[in-house]
Amino acid sequence: MSEVRKDWPLYEVFVRGKRGLNHVHVGSLHAADDRMALRNARDLYTRRNEGVSIWVVAAADITASSPDEKDPFFAPSGDKVYRHPTFYEIPDNVPHM
Amino acid sequence: MTEELERSFEDTIARDQRLEPRDWVPEGYRKTMIRQISQHAHSEIIGMQPEANWITRAPSLRRKAILLAKVQDEAGHGLYLYSAAETLGVDRTELTEKLISGAQKYSSIFNYPTVTFADVGVIGWLVDGAAICNQVPLCRSSYGPYARGMIRICKEESFHQRQGYELLMTMMRGTEAQREMVQEATNRWWWPSLMMFGPPDADSPNTEQSMAWKIKRHTNDELRQRFVDMSVPQAEALGVTLPDPELSWNAECGSYDFGAIDWNEFKQILKGNGPCNAERIAKRRAAHEDGAWVREAAAAHAAKQRDRERSAA
Repeated sequence: MSEVRKDWPLYEVFVRGKRGLNHVHVGSLHAADDRMALRNARDLYTRRNEGVSIWVVAAADITASSPDEKDPFFAPSGDKVYRHPTFYEIPDNVPHM
Repeated sequence: MTEELERSFEDTIARDQRLEPRDWVPEGYRKTMIRQISQHAHSEIIGMQPEANWITRAPSLRRKAILLAKVQDEAGHGLYLYSAAETLGVDRTELTEKLISGAQKYSSIFNYPTVTFADVGVIGWLVDGAAICNQVPLCRSSYGPYARGMIRICKEESFHQRQGYELLMTMMRGTEAQREMVQEATNRWWWPSLMMFGPPDADSPNTEQSMAWKIKRHTNDELRQRFVDMSVPQAEALGVTLPDPELSWNAECGSYDFGAIDWNEFKQILKGNGPCNAERIAKRRAAHEDGAWVREAAAAHAAKQRDRERSAA
């Protein structure tokens, strides 16, 4: 039998507000296992119909970049302005662009 | 290197952007934020007790359902806040232990007793009203997870305040005895509610730094004044008298003048000498200790399930 952890692990919670939207991170909680995490997430983060779907992810399983936009991790997209529609000049008389 | 980090931190604040969990922050900022968020979380958790006292004796099923939902919200608010505190590198269990050992404080307001059902209404109206005044500006706190937690909390607090005021309106339409209960509860909670904003600006040494860090957006006295100005017309509409003979409209300032607050009472309660300090902590400690076997059993069950899945695979 593996070692019993007395402290429950940390889970991050993501909620889909309604159909058509992405899941969005809403916070975290502690639970003994995945099922309990899901149930607690429902009680804690959707008491007022805030969501139609919940994801819980053990925080230890998440790989993250630093959130700072100037971080080198995001540098590859920093100089690719041509990925944005405003990069292209279209005359005003061209409709629906 | 540290200089560069500090510059980036100051820049983020100057641009009114939020700091996020993995950003570098000065030790002082981290400590202040942990203290503020955990004390706030503790207040929500201890704040369940005065009102929970009336759940089993609520006068109707409707009031009981409302009160249950409200107390459940307070638990939820505590958990949102512990979740925000943990992003700063502290552990939730450690925070709970600091609360029950007295190493960390909670709002002094929850050390007053709820003597009658009218106290439940007045807590919603005045105590939650004061909390809203305090919390709305915190939705723009420079620390992202705290600010986001406060947005959720503020949305839910509005229900808390309105259910309290509605409860009081119902009692005011009742018997003479009920109206007296509302007045007495108002007398009990008015001054403690004003103390919720903290010591006067002159005695609040941390305010300046907190304002510079955009942890705090208004001073204690500014928020207290705002609360008084909001509450006077509400008291009039309800038909109760706020227990302050010096309360009067000041046309020059466009706000209400009010009497001196008994800061000695506030200090005594902070020291642990309030009417319910010992009782509140004892109850929280008992809940934590009596729940230990449940936490352990759930962890043992989870470990067993994991083992079973592994051997089945």
